[in-house]
Amino acid sequence: MTIAGYFFYLFSIVLISSGAMVISARNPVHSVLFLILAFLNAAGLFVLLGAEFLAMILIIVYVGAVAVLFLFVVMMLDIDFDQLRKGMSRYLPVGILVGLVLLAELILVVGGFSVAPGAFRPVTGEQVTNTEAIGRVLYTDYLYFFQLSGLVLLVAMIGAIVLTLRHRSDSKRQNIARQVGRKREDAIEVVKVETGKGIS
Amino acid sequence: MADWSTLWSNYGFPTALILGQSLLTLVALLLFIAYLLLADRKIWAAVQLRRGPNVVGAYGLLQSFADFLKFVVKEPVIPAGADKTLFLLAPLATTVLALAAWAVIPVADGWVVSDLNVGILYIFAISSLGVYGVIIGGWASNSKYPFLGALRSAAQMVSYEVSIGFILVTVILCAGTMNLSGIVEAQRGDYGLFGWYWLALFPMFVVFIISALAETNRPPFDLPEAESELVAGFMVEYSSTPYLLFMLGEYVAITVMCALATILFMGGWLPPFEVAPFTWVPGIFWFVLKFCFVFFVFAMVKAIVPRYRYDQLMRLGWKIFLPTSLAMVVVVAAVLQFGGLAR
Repeated sequence: MTIAGYFFYLFSIVLISSGAMVISARNPVHSVLFLILAFLNAAGLFVLLGAEFLAMILIIVYVGAVAVLFLFVVMMLDIDFDQLRKGMSRYLPVGILVGLVLLAELILVVGGFSVAPGAFRPVTGEQVTNTEAIGRVLYTDYLYFFQLSGLVLLVAMIGAIVLTLRHRSDSKRQNIARQVGRKREDAIEVVKVETGKGIS
Repeated sequence: MADWSTLWSNYGFPTALILGQSLLTLVALLLFIAYLLLADRKIWAAVQLRRGPNVVGAYGLLQSFADFLKFVVKEPVIPAGADKTLFLLAPLATTVLALAAWAVIPVADGWVVSDLNVGILYIFAISSLGVYGVIIGGWASNSKYPFLGALRSAAQMVSYEVSIGFILVTVILCAGTMNLSGIVEAQRGDYGLFGWYWLALFPMFVVFIISALAETNRPPFDLPEAESELVAGFMVEYSSTPYLLFMLGEYVAITVMCALATILFMGGWLPPFEVAPFTWVPGIFWFVLKFCFVFFVFAMVKAIVPRYRYDQLMRLGWKIFLPTSLAMVVVVAAVLQFGGLAR
């Protein structure tokens, strides 16, 4: 076995055990940190496959952005652990049911999974980096799907902004353009005051 | 034992080589940072008409080493309510992640530990992980000010990463490669220093320098550790070696950003003109010279610019830099495509 094989087992074992820790850790912040560990190990597996572009994108998008926001939200939750475990016996049957349904669906999907015949193309004489290879496939064969997924994300983003943005009339807001555009004449008035009279 | 000799030549020797190169990079980098720190303080002092550190060693040359010794021999204090593991893990993560970025930075032609195909993405990924040290440290301290500092930095670093990402895209578009050595070589041309990307992509160069300041929590964007509001931000509860590691991580991140600016916009190790007296000088000299210039800019900004307010910081990142860099990606791509310059 080559060294890469040992690394495969290392990454896989850490990945699976940190995945288990995500759902079993008591502290939600620890859960998120284990999730990050799982992402990093998945990226390691991608590197072993020779898909370094996917590995880097996984780290940048999931670890660098998504998980930061998870952590951001989870850190601010004020969780009482006793309260959390109170309804355990009541919710357990429903939880098991949902879990079983999901598991069955997963088995059905994975069982029927097959790789498209065109996915493995013979390597022609020209060597391309896998970044370029992904780009060629995305922007030629799957151009419309790619653009469509971008549109879906755009709609989701606009939806999130519309749902959360509200202009409160009682809070004071700055108008930067007005501040910058302010001139000396608008701000001060020079008055010649005669002695003994003052300003009326 | 032929088995052992093949094992050595296949795995043992490359491992030893990489270890040696990494160690060399590490030692050189840390020594360099010791003097960079001193230079930072000296420049800061000179702007304020002070002398700066001048007692330890001639002209204060040994100041950083004295500081190092002092940090190491102090007692680390861990707050009673702190999450002990994470509290100690955070500074370690900051430093190790920042140092890991140096693995792919070429300091001269071929002088790089790992000549990665996706080097620029690797650096982007690693620097986006730097925020975790700050967040975890702030949270694990179990105290108000560090927590506020952590929240501020989480939002700040994520915001500026977005525009840095788009700036990297423009450079990748121009160079046609994500390999850092390839990007430097793509800037080689007949026009010398006028062919480097700082001129062609000048707005991006400015936005990159400012975003790099924000990304590394340097003044004027050091909101996570603003001493007038948050005492010392996420570092309040840290002392001794963990504090030293935070400081070190911060400075290593700054060197990474300086090196990145040098490589992406200032032609890395290339001489300013491709004529005789300049080409005799080894590439590492040009690299260090440009690196020091970028760091001087960083140090001057720290000395002369007042700290931003938090809402101004967010406005700058999202409402000015993001649209600017996004528009530049479109413009650069269009110029390359329709000007027939695409590689």
